[in-house]
Amino acid sequence: MTQLALVIDLNVCVGCHACVTSCKEWQTSGWAGPLTDHRPYDKDPTGTFFNRVQTFEIGEFPRTETVHFPKSCLHCEEPPCVPVCPTGASYKREDNGVVLVDYDKCIGCKYCSWACPYGMRELDEHQKVMKKCTLCIDRITDESLPEAERKPACVLACPTSARLFGDVHDPDSEVSLAIRENGGYQLMPEWGTKPANHYLPRRKTRIQIFEDELVRADNPLRKEGPLPAAEGETLDDVAF
Amino acid sequence: MHPAFSVIFLTTLIGVGQGLFLALVTGQVYSLANLLQPQDSVRFYAVGSALSLAFLVAGLVASIFHLGRPERAWRAASQWRTSWLSREVIVLPVFMFLVFLYGVIHWLGWTQPLFRIKGVIPVDATLLTGVLGALAAFALFGCTAMIYASIQFIEEWHSPFTLVNFTLFGIASGFMLAAAFSAWSGVDLVGFFGAWAVVFTLAAGVSRLLSLRRNARLVHKSTLETAIGIRHNRIEQKSQGFMGGSFNTREFFHGASHTTVALVRLFFLVMVFVVPLLLLAASYWLASPGLPVAAFAAQYLGLVAERWYFFAEAKHPQNLYYQSMA
Repeated sequence: MTQLALVIDLNVCVGCHACVTSCKEWQTSGWAGPLTDHRPYDKDPTGTFFNRVQTFEIGEFPRTETVHFPKSCLHCEEPPCVPVCPTGASYKREDNGVVLVDYDKCIGCKYCSWACPYGMRELDEHQKVMKKCTLCIDRITDESLPEAERKPACVLACPTSARLFGDVHDPDSEVSLAIRENGGYQLMPEWGTKPANHYLPRRKTRIQIFEDELVRADNPLRKEGPLPAAEGETLDDVAF
Repeated sequence: MHPAFSVIFLTTLIGVGQGLFLALVTGQVYSLANLLQPQDSVRFYAVGSALSLAFLVAGLVASIFHLGRPERAWRAASQWRTSWLSREVIVLPVFMFLVFLYGVIHWLGWTQPLFRIKGVIPVDATLLTGVLGALAAFALFGCTAMIYASIQFIEEWHSPFTLVNFTLFGIASGFMLAAAFSAWSGVDLVGFFGAWAVVFTLAAGVSRLLSLRRNARLVHKSTLETAIGIRHNRIEQKSQGFMGGSFNTREFFHGASHTTVALVRLFFLVMVFVVPLLLLAASYWLASPGLPVAAFAAQYLGLVAERWYFFAEAKHPQNLYYQSMA
């Protein structure tokens, strides 16, 4: 079975919000749009968004690190928002695992938003129905588009390629490889929701050097001179 | 969670309606066993059922304001296999119909026994609808409470206390209304319903205090560490991704200060558990029809505050992502 998902690399994300704006643009002008705003040019503007980039500061100055954290629906493999829906408007697609809302069936009771621990669903203030990330379902399933463009708008927009898209059930896919080899993890694993989206952690590349490796007695790079008087065996006398 | 008045009124009003109906049926069963004198079918049971139905309809009307698209509400009956909300949508009209039927049969006076159990206990149509209605009333308490108790992420609600509290609060306020209704219509059952109202109010008080203690000691499973998956004791949010608020900041935060929340808790503890009992005790001595009515009114007001606090005390894990606007 296919489970389409995003893998978001926190090591690469620079927090530019390009994924946020491209998501909004595609979703508001697509066939399921508009994605409405309220008071967009006034005081306290607000609106419906499927994707946000949040920023967190880890640690205390001077040992701090800034982490930009893109947040969108995780398309859980055990989506808690789906069974609670009284009308059946919330569903998980059998063929590719994308969690969707049928806007024509939703009664806007907001119960599914209570049942999502991640806060990924938003009620559209104007259309009065629950909305959420569709993983650009109208785009990824559109066979009239060239293969390379059958990806969510956020993935195509990301200037640093921090967002990967693919089938996490296929062990050889780009996303599965990234999860496996780069320590991909899920959010709030304690709830058993099995999010399909994964995040790749911040990674540091460090070389490991021990003190005696820096002061080798017979360091070939050392300044020319007489060898030191025998002070017992060095590491190099016993290892080759 | 943000306390929505539509849901506060829905749950408290139908709780009163269910409790009143259970009180009426209890009265009928008692008089069947010759523990109480039988009451007039039309003046007591039919009018009482109408009163219960009025509360249920008022609750249903309140619930409409909770929906974004109420014209599609009929669809909500379809997912009864998985959704407690859907089950409530089915059980509520069924219960309302049984209350209506119970009232109409009493109104028409169809109280001739259909058959007798062991030749002693006369069973008539009102008793049958009464027992079915009582079962539906309990089923409705279950559905309403499970809507909240079944969400494992909202740990303040995810406990058997939610089920017990909803049921006991509904029954207590219903018996309180039955006492008020008896006093108002001059029926000599104020003592009977009043005594049961006191018993259920005290039981609800014990259960609510235990649940308050449980929630005060609750350690939440999710932390900011598990929410964003970074292992550090000190994580500070610098941006939510917007400045003007969103559904996430409106739906899941009550926005009231700690003082306000604590005052509401004190208010409901006094109004639900103390004031009605004092008023009922006073009515016992003074025999005034106004006091039980005042007792019910005070308890209902307290229950509205209790339901507000029920929402305000619940902390949704999504709030971890919305801790500071900056």
